[in-house]
Amino acid sequence: MDLFRAHVLVCGGTGCSSSGSAELIKRFEEQIERNGLDREVKVVRTGCFGLCEAGPVVIVYPEGTFYSRIHLEDVDEIVSEHLLKGRIVQHLVYKEKADEEQHLTLDNIDFYRPQKRLALRNCGVIDPENIDEYIAFDGYKALAKVLTEMTPEQVIAEVLKSGLRGRGGAGFPTGKKWQFAAASKADQKYMVCNADEGDPGAFMDRSVLEGDPHSVLEAMAIGGYAIGASEGYIYVRAEYPIAVKRLEIAINQAREYGLLGKNIFGSGFDFDIFIRLGAGAFVCGEETALMHSIEGGRGEPKPKPPFPAVRGLFDKPTNINNVETLANIPQIILNGADWFASIGTENSKGTKVFALGGKINNTGLVEVPMGTPLRDIIYKIGGGIPNGKAFKAVQTGGPSGGCIPAEYLDIAIDYDSLTSIGSMMGSGGMIVMDEDNCMVDIARFFLDFTVDESCGKCTPCRIGTKRMLEILERIVEGKGEEGDIEKLEALAKNIKATALCGLGQTAPNPVLSTIKYFRNEYEAHIKEKRCPAHHCQKLLNYEITDKCRGCTACARVCPVNAISGSVKEMHHIDTTKCIKCGSCMEKCRFGAIVKN
Amino acid sequence: MKSLAELEAIRAKTLDKVAMRREGEDAIRVVVGMATCGIAAGARPVMLKFLEEIQKRNLQNVTVSQTGCIGMCRLEPMLDVLVPGKEKVTYVKVTPDMVSRIVAEHIVNGRPVQEYTIGAAEGK
Repeated sequence: MDLFRAHVLVCGGTGCSSSGSAELIKRFEEQIERNGLDREVKVVRTGCFGLCEAGPVVIVYPEGTFYSRIHLEDVDEIVSEHLLKGRIVQHLVYKEKADEEQHLTLDNIDFYRPQKRLALRNCGVIDPENIDEYIAFDGYKALAKVLTEMTPEQVIAEVLKSGLRGRGGAGFPTGKKWQFAAASKADQKYMVCNADEGDPGAFMDRSVLEGDPHSVLEAMAIGGYAIGASEGYIYVRAEYPIAVKRLEIAINQAREYGLLGKNIFGSGFDFDIFIRLGAGAFVCGEETALMHSIEGGRGEPKPKPPFPAVRGLFDKPTNINNVETLANIPQIILNGADWFASIGTENSKGTKVFALGGKINNTGLVEVPMGTPLRDIIYKIGGGIPNGKAFKAVQTGGPSGGCIPAEYLDIAIDYDSLTSIGSMMGSGGMIVMDEDNCMVDIARFFLDFTVDESCGKCTPCRIGTKRMLEILERIVEGKGEEGDIEKLEALAKNIKATALCGLGQTAPNPVLSTIKYFRNEYEAHIKEKRCPAHHCQKLLNYEITDKCRGCTACARVCPVNAISGSVKEMHHIDTTKCIKCGSCMEKCRFGAIVKN
Repeated sequence: MKSLAELEAIRAKTLDKVAMRREGEDAIRVVVGMATCGIAAGARPVMLKFLEEIQKRNLQNVTVSQTGCIGMCRLEPMLDVLVPGKEKVTYVKVTPDMVSRIVAEHIVNGRPVQEYTIGAAEGK
């Protein structure tokens, strides 16, 4: 029998997999069999549900009960109570707040309610390793429609009309890109999917590939038909093993069904897709570097023009789209451009997926319509800042973007609004910072990343970012000098204007935006040798207050013998000897040591 | 894949298997009492028979789920059929033989099988 009365959906995304969801699936299957339920209950491994904070996540249908943070031993209880006797296991159900009692299904959780899932529509719903489930959820219907009812020009016109813009960062209109590639004449063209997701903290592309790989394959075939390409490449990083595996399975299934290969739907259109693995270089997300890497060369960018649409992969006209962009395509074809254009703001249509991370309660993946206020994302969906701390800023767009301070919390997020305040959409990483984060150190962190990832081909990026990093390192160590801020600004301006590719051109952004909004923090570091957030170790002063009982624990742990005092008397720290390691504060049982 | 019809066939074949995960509140629900009393009285074969019938008829809008003891253990196996917008119908002392008639008459054609209901059993 194939029909089951209940489905147990276990998240098989990277987040939940690393907290043991594969063992959970095994345990579920064992327990279900032991209780004789194997003809009634089916276990499905899905892609990411988004609420990674609460992982591993398990959902039981038809009730839609949302279980969170499930351990192996909880499985037995869910099987014997919920699946066998129909009693929901209340204490394992996800609760928004610790004092909440009522059980919740997926749709009425605060985290999901304001969301609109287009790119992630199948993630956490279907079994990504089963093409039939994708087809049951209208999969490959858009490809069928395109191949049997539409001309390539009509497909491009539809995508243009939808207003879809590239989700990889720059926000270039996708329809225009397709138009350019279609206009180039050549015996061979290529469709490339950029799955080299490199921004620290961004993982939406991984989740789409893991949870709904066929949507990307279908979109690539549609794009291939539109621009006249018969081959496609997916460039994905080897650090995403689950995504790579599911892509391979998906490609094989699609070939078996004839949805990839020769004469698809009897239309005479041929299309096939190949995977190329990247070694995880940030610069390979830049399209020209990415194509070099596919060709087997070094991952280095080259000047544009010529643009890939004219001369790209293997010197042939090439169209490159990001994973999330592609995941929207089948929906646009099926539901029409007008439907898609009705979502979002005037110049940014549709939805955007954001990866929430940092100082936020609900770490995870969210998809909201363009134009959603930042405040809603941070507080309604994200659940606010942990431990009652104050929101300070959010970094969008990763190392290429900038920070948004609290005064802009009510901004409606789209491509243009973010650019106007000195940040950018980027791939959609959102790193939230609270009052304990030092903004100078944040800038240093991101620059450290780009210095590491710079390919070294052009001088401004190779040397310029390195010089900027050295200045920042000096500042956080308390060796900042008058004029450092101006030096940073001048360097940043030059690098932005002269670097060869997007990596270098955007690398100074975190520095510029933190200077713009938190100049006072830079000045405090440089002039007063003080870190307002009490974060920079070298600028801290440790002091012992009169809570000290004279237990001598701190004096014994101090590696440089900077603490003096006799038993049962208040101790003192010699600040000239102190190396600010913080060991004494950690050791003190009376909370007598403070930093300022 | 050579035609739209082929794709549609795969879609239709899989659709009823994943139907419970698709959106939509208008599904007909069959809720079987499966506490100790229900199971002991033979609720499990009844439920399996339901699944079998639903699949045989390719009904996409029906979910089968279970619930605990309602308190009338002497009438087990009991089950409720909930059609949206209609009053709940409770069947009692259900055996697998009765299932195909409930599916055919009530779920497909919307006419509850009066003689199997709790009203008939209790003489009210």
